[in-house]
Amino acid sequence: MTGGIYRPEPDGALLAMVNVYKTFPVRKSFFSGEDLRVRAVDGVSLTIPPGKTLGLVGESGCGKTTLARLAIRLLAPDSGAIRFEGNDITRMEGEALRTTRRRMQIVFQDPYSSLNPRMKVRDIVGEGWLVHGLAKGKELRERSERLLVRVGMPAEAGWKYPHEFSGGQRQRIGIARAIALSPKLVVADEPVSALDVSVQAQILNLLKDIQEEYGMAYLFVSHDLRVIRHVSDAVAVMYLGKVMETGPAQDLFREPLHPYTRSLMSAVPMLGDAPSERIVLSGEIPSPIAPPPGCRFHTRCFMAEKECAEVCPLLREVAPGRFAACHFV
Amino acid sequence: MSGSRDIGRDFARRLLRNRLAAAGGLVVVFFFLVAAFPALFTSQNPDRIDVANILRPPSAAHPLGTDDLGRDVLARVVYGARVSMKVGFVAVGIATAIGLVLGLLAGFHGGRVDAVLMRFVDIMLCFPTFFLILAAIAFLSPSIVIIMAVIGLTGWMGVARLVRAETLSLKERDFVAAARAQGAGDARIIFRHILPNALAPILVAATLGVAGAILTESALSFLGIGVQPPTPSWGNILTVGKNYIEFAWWLSLFPGLAILFTVLGYNLLGEGIRDAVDPRLKGR
Repeated sequence: MTGGIYRPEPDGALLAMVNVYKTFPVRKSFFSGEDLRVRAVDGVSLTIPPGKTLGLVGESGCGKTTLARLAIRLLAPDSGAIRFEGNDITRMEGEALRTTRRRMQIVFQDPYSSLNPRMKVRDIVGEGWLVHGLAKGKELRERSERLLVRVGMPAEAGWKYPHEFSGGQRQRIGIARAIALSPKLVVADEPVSALDVSVQAQILNLLKDIQEEYGMAYLFVSHDLRVIRHVSDAVAVMYLGKVMETGPAQDLFREPLHPYTRSLMSAVPMLGDAPSERIVLSGEIPSPIAPPPGCRFHTRCFMAEKECAEVCPLLREVAPGRFAACHFV
Repeated sequence: MSGSRDIGRDFARRLLRNRLAAAGGLVVVFFFLVAAFPALFTSQNPDRIDVANILRPPSAAHPLGTDDLGRDVLARVVYGARVSMKVGFVAVGIATAIGLVLGLLAGFHGGRVDAVLMRFVDIMLCFPTFFLILAAIAFLSPSIVIIMAVIGLTGWMGVARLVRAETLSLKERDFVAAARAQGAGDARIIFRHILPNALAPILVAATLGVAGAILTESALSFLGIGVQPPTPSWGNILTVGKNYIEFAWWLSLFPGLAILFTVLGYNLLGEGIRDAVDPRLKGR
């Protein structure tokens, strides 16, 4: 039953993104007057079942963060469809979007720019309740404090301002804010990349504990394979705006199929179960303004053939439940 | 780590450690008191004419001398502070209010709104402000209200650009995206998330703006198209003083010093606030 092209299955999925494109304008070319656009997300499909974690991994600049922000409609896609809890939210606006947003939240990478420096922590954590008319005043304060205790902060933290806390503590505040509205989906955009390794583990464990308690799904974005492996049920590997490979985390880490995934894995010592030969990629990641034709990865691929520069491989099923976009897998 | 007043206390500490800023602040407070409670600083009536004592040098009865109508110069300088402070604050208030609204609109909405508003700013900046004020007052009768309005209406462009730039950078910050994800609307994002974080540079611009407004008012009054006699203003005292500068130096010196110290005070204070809120100078 293998060989089929990857089709997202919106039925029963919490989040389904179908063939989503997003470009950003850069300045016009000085000579031709041509409109240059960065193709940040270039036809991506994925699904997240309720309560599960999809790890999204890739190099910086591959479109991970854009995809994460599209998933909760902080950005609108150029084309494609985004479905959340079975509803099409692709073009949702105004009050409907505001209401939907109660059930999807985000934790940011930079714990310094993600908290308003002029607001007290309890107001930051409780902003969602206030905006949706769920709590205010004394009740908001008490609920914020309870939530802060839940994420491992002292209750008095609510009275202080964000600058009085360390990066790890700030990230806990950001997590408290994200779970305040009991969302069904939390996008975690590199939530531990800015933290010390010792703090990383604490925050990852907190995220896992909370997931067990609240049963929400994560779209977990990271460039760190070890982190992705620790948290994910399924993994999608992105390169230059496209998904190169996706499948269950265990299988993908045990036996990466796509040459790009294999080279990524080989760069992390002691990650694969069997010691593998180091695959060193040559060259830089190409510009997303003018991505290479054919397979996005062929300019750096050790398996590249003539065909790769001409035909863009589709993401197809190469083993049960496992999808890769490569002509030779 | 002692609670909520920390930001303010930290700011005050950095401001006071800057000696020049503290001195500037002191001068500003002093002139503020003079303007608010003139009776504490002089017992004389600034409008009482005494033809028996014209152009008298400083003495015990008249510490800063008398003018060409025998009026007490100290009293006139003290009551003149009122005019200067009033013009300074009201004009800057008008300018800041306009600049704030237009800057927020332009920065937050971007696109066409931004383009139109910023071209308007560019056009306004093309006019030499002082001559624009002169022309405007030539059509309207010079009064303190007109002067405040005209200075305010020609001085908002800097604030608008500043607020726009702050808004542009703040609206891309993650905490604004987080507020959006929480379901916050535009109004809440502007007033709760963007404006409070843009206040520090606005405060600096406003403080420096007061100095500029006071200087402009003095210049207009000196030229005779500002505050009209007999209402005392530092500028119109100087106008009289220039006629007698060879033998009545006190008539020019003291209002001149008042202008000098006030403007210097506001400038030092403004620069001090800027240094105190600029994170790049933190911990110095």
